[in-house]
Amino acid sequence: MSEPVSALGGAQYAGMVELAEAGPRGMITVRGDLALPALASAVKKITGAAMPARRQASTGAKGAVAWMSPDELLLFVDYAAAAPSVAALEAALAGEFVTIADVSDARAVLTLKGSQACDVLAKICPVDFADLPVGGIRRSRAAQIAAAIWREEQDEYTVICFRSHARYMWDMLSQLARPGGEVGLYR
Amino acid sequence: MSHRLDTGGRLIDRAQKLEFTFNGKRLQGYAGDTLASALMGAGQVLLGRSFKYHRPRGLVASGAEEPNALFGLGEGPRFEPNQRATTTELFAGAKLASQNHWPSLEYDIGAVNNAFARFLTAGFYYKMFIHPRAFWKHVYEPFIRRTAGLGRAPDPETVDADRYEQLYAFADVLVIGGGIAGLAAARAAADAGNRVILCEQAAHWGGRAPVDGVEIDGKGAGDWVEAQLAALRALPNVTLLNRTQGVGVHDHGYVLACQRLADHEPGADKPRQRLWRIRAARIVTATGAIERPLSFAGNDIPGVMLASAMRDYLVNWAVVPGKRVVVVTNNDDAYRSAIALHDAGVTIPAIIDARPDSDGALAQAARARGIRIAAGSAIRKVKGGKRVSGVELCAQDSAGAATAEHIECDAVAMSGGFSPVVHLFSHCGGKLIWDEAGGFFRPDPARPPLGHDGQGFVIAAGSANGAMAASDVLVDAHAAGLSAAGAKETPAPQAKAEPEAPMAPVWMMPARAEYDLRMKMWLDPQNDVKVSDVQLAAREGYESVEHTKRYTTLGMATDQGKISNINGLAILADSLDRPIPQVGTTTFRPPYTPLTMGTIAGEAKGPLFQPLRRTPLYDWHEAHGADWEPVGQWRRPYCFRRAGESRHDAVMREVRQTRESLGLLDASTLGKILVKGPDAARFMDMLYTNMMSTLKPGRCRYGLMCNENGFLMDDGVVARLSEDAFLCHTTSGGADHVHGWMEDWLQCEWWDWKVHTVNLTEQFAQIAIVGPYARKVLEKLGSDIDLGREALPFMEWHEGTLAGMPARIFRISFSGELSYEVAVPAGHGLALWQKLVEAGAEFGVMPYGTEALHIMRAEKGFIMIGDETDGTVIPQDLGLNWAISKKKDDFLGKRGMERTAMVASDRWKLVGLETLDGSVLPHAALAPAEGVNANGQRNTQGRVTSSYHSPTLGKGIALALVARGPERMGEVIEFQGDGGKMVPARIVETCFYDKAGEKQNV
Repeated sequence: MSEPVSALGGAQYAGMVELAEAGPRGMITVRGDLALPALASAVKKITGAAMPARRQASTGAKGAVAWMSPDELLLFVDYAAAAPSVAALEAALAGEFVTIADVSDARAVLTLKGSQACDVLAKICPVDFADLPVGGIRRSRAAQIAAAIWREEQDEYTVICFRSHARYMWDMLSQLARPGGEVGLYR
Repeated sequence: MSHRLDTGGRLIDRAQKLEFTFNGKRLQGYAGDTLASALMGAGQVLLGRSFKYHRPRGLVASGAEEPNALFGLGEGPRFEPNQRATTTELFAGAKLASQNHWPSLEYDIGAVNNAFARFLTAGFYYKMFIHPRAFWKHVYEPFIRRTAGLGRAPDPETVDADRYEQLYAFADVLVIGGGIAGLAAARAAADAGNRVILCEQAAHWGGRAPVDGVEIDGKGAGDWVEAQLAALRALPNVTLLNRTQGVGVHDHGYVLACQRLADHEPGADKPRQRLWRIRAARIVTATGAIERPLSFAGNDIPGVMLASAMRDYLVNWAVVPGKRVVVVTNNDDAYRSAIALHDAGVTIPAIIDARPDSDGALAQAARARGIRIAAGSAIRKVKGGKRVSGVELCAQDSAGAATAEHIECDAVAMSGGFSPVVHLFSHCGGKLIWDEAGGFFRPDPARPPLGHDGQGFVIAAGSANGAMAASDVLVDAHAAGLSAAGAKETPAPQAKAEPEAPMAPVWMMPARAEYDLRMKMWLDPQNDVKVSDVQLAAREGYESVEHTKRYTTLGMATDQGKISNINGLAILADSLDRPIPQVGTTTFRPPYTPLTMGTIAGEAKGPLFQPLRRTPLYDWHEAHGADWEPVGQWRRPYCFRRAGESRHDAVMREVRQTRESLGLLDASTLGKILVKGPDAARFMDMLYTNMMSTLKPGRCRYGLMCNENGFLMDDGVVARLSEDAFLCHTTSGGADHVHGWMEDWLQCEWWDWKVHTVNLTEQFAQIAIVGPYARKVLEKLGSDIDLGREALPFMEWHEGTLAGMPARIFRISFSGELSYEVAVPAGHGLALWQKLVEAGAEFGVMPYGTEALHIMRAEKGFIMIGDETDGTVIPQDLGLNWAISKKKDDFLGKRGMERTAMVASDRWKLVGLETLDGSVLPHAALAPAEGVNANGQRNTQGRVTSSYHSPTLGKGIALALVARGPERMGEVIEFQGDGGKMVPARIVETCFYDKAGEKQNV
């Protein structure tokens, strides 16, 4: 089988921040009642992560899980693990009103690293980054497109958008991260 | 002659000389200069021409309120008209051009208007140009447009060379204005732990206090400002923004502020401007006050300036407007200017004080310097043309019939008192009260703009709040900062300033001036509105200030009446014999100062103008001659052109090749929405007109979606994945809307139904393999799915692997050919496409674009959403009754399509058309009918919805909606062709090709 190709072929740019496309990542959408005990244990088994609180993401040994809405999660696993994870989740949750879908290829994942990451993202996202602690995630907007912004570390963000928008997101972020565009808002 | 002094100038660096040009003339200034101070220093007094009379214009002010000194700045891709010289920093190589004159600033033919000023009074345009009617469009308007106006818009073909950006920020307290009030308020809020943003329009901090020599907490104002800045910079909860103009306050504490990052260094590799979009819990407007002119005859002649502005130019940039400056005032502040100018060596022949006597501390200080004070006096008239040559005096309490004295001078400093800058407080509905003592409107603390919590969210501070003395400013601003922060009381900074004698309201000079004088008293020097114009408007019955504004154009210029507003109101109130507060103000609206379009657009220009959605095969298409067309935000290949090939030829080739052998289509843009859950089948029956609950897993069904009115909204193939799951294919442009539509019903109406939707559109690359060799090429790739005619029959789908990739293969056809659509994870899309191109080579495989897709579906009579539908078409109009279930109790649109008009027998219905001469009908061509309608328009009986040259049939074919169409088979009706020619066409069946469907069923 051919190797999967991500939308931007692992592009990289260094300016005000280090910007990179993360490459193929396993992503699974789960919709259902997040209070369901079976769901929490199935998710834990796949990712090693606990059920996240509202607007949070939690990380485990084999992956991570992000709260996306009151009835939606996004699981992160290795790309190759996505299909078997979907099967395992479906088996574990058979009979429950839960929907599981592999969305690994539907999205592009970008990472921003550096002390100015908030400032760069604040140019396109109406998000108060002072109110986004490490481990927090926001479903918001990046200029004209939908985006999820996950603060993995103090100065490290993962930004997820639809695959078809990857080039737009990349062109925008790499322009806004060009030296000369320093802001100094988030220090 | 205006000039630069040899010493002084706290903001300039004399070591850094900067060259610039004004109308091609080479001039010199210093780093730290504004364009205005540099021009004044270079002796340039005449700067432009007024809007209506083309009167000579010079500098009036030193800040954002400047009405006159507007220039075309820069050239080519960096040209910008109407740049305010007072707020634009000088940079090396700046190219300034004055505006609104021809052929030159010195000799302007348009100034002929000035000779007719007596006739060009308020409302002149309304009265004069209304007859004869036809003259407006052809004679008057073109002439007025040429002579009126200020800067010229940049050349439309030239693209702005700069980049712009925006920024979202959040604050507990946003302080607008970085003078001593803003600094004190910011400090109070920041010390209480609030997150504070403080912005200042100028490059430097502190406002006018350092110019005035105010003493604060025992220090000079300059040192105090530096100490505050140092303290604020050390706080992690404070953001300081200079060169940042607060331009608008909007609902819910939303503020726009424009930061000028590279205006002062054009061409630097950085964004030119950044628009801050700030959400603040509380906003403190510490925007200061603006000095008012006095209304005396000739107050618009270059060299007549605001007194405080003269002081700014002197102290900040060491430039003075002349060698002999007459000061005229109704208040004590102008004495500060007189003293400062005198101390700098400028001769002050007299201070003309309209007040009957003047003996305050400042007056005494002036007298002590030997400056003559003419109390109870007025300027009767300023003498001069392109610049001031002298003034005539008379008693203030007179009609000014006779000149009491003539004084020679080359500049006049005027002060009519100060008006708080209440604009930002008012933008969102804050109300004002009239302050009798100060003669100004100030924010009413009891009626601020209210936020979501019913509390005021804007607090005015310092001079902007009517606290004019420095000592009051700091107490007021400190309290505002504490209040915004909700903090406990702390001691305010203390300022020391000379006490001031009360100002006297002087709205006209002399008080009972005769008409000839009033005709020369300018209220709005940019738009040429005079005292006599406002008085005329009042006499003609204009009582409302808003109406008067529009009738006279008072305050409608680029400066929006910053200096003219209150004077105009006072004249109107006097004419109407009403108190000023009863007349009220015009509405203050954002922006406070103009915003450039580039800043509003931000990063959204060029390739980032709009998000472009790309399929996983985009780059391959691009490399293989794709001729793109937009489909929603997607780009899809219209066709793939080969070298030397026309679009038409490429499309014809693609159709023929696909029908005869093998074609490939990138169908990835099709919407793919998963609908899953115990109630999924019930939900699908409501969404679609068809019965979807009877569809068996593994099978596909073409379905229609209508809105509540019964109008056809979207269509596509539904595949049942399992007992509780469906995959809904939607149109490319409709996917997001359909997904939102589904969620709307699930979240708002059927919230108790157990159904989830997931938009999987982008998870899959979807490729249509079409043509007689479609099965063969798939078999070559190797699959664990039996692709045989019976094993995978028409309208079924199977899941397995293809070329080693996980794949779903749908046997569906939109072309009438043997056809498969293969969905693989998007990351494998390109690999699958390349394998298909490789394996298909022996069949001459070709990619085809959307136009070939359209032609093939039209040959088969398949409808296209957006062509055959336009939001007013129900499925029955399109002969799709077979897809509307009669067994279901309800579905979305069911009742809508039963309304009288929808079941009328004379509705336009879909038919095919064949032109008798084989030509192609123009798209959307109409078929005229006898008679005219109620609007006198020709009646019509039909409209072409799709029209193509069919390479398969070798002639033009079309689909059309025709009145009672299906009942009129074989009839020939005429359609309007190009150039008014009528084209006869025969009504035929909608399906032109392979009516029995044999080609797809092999």
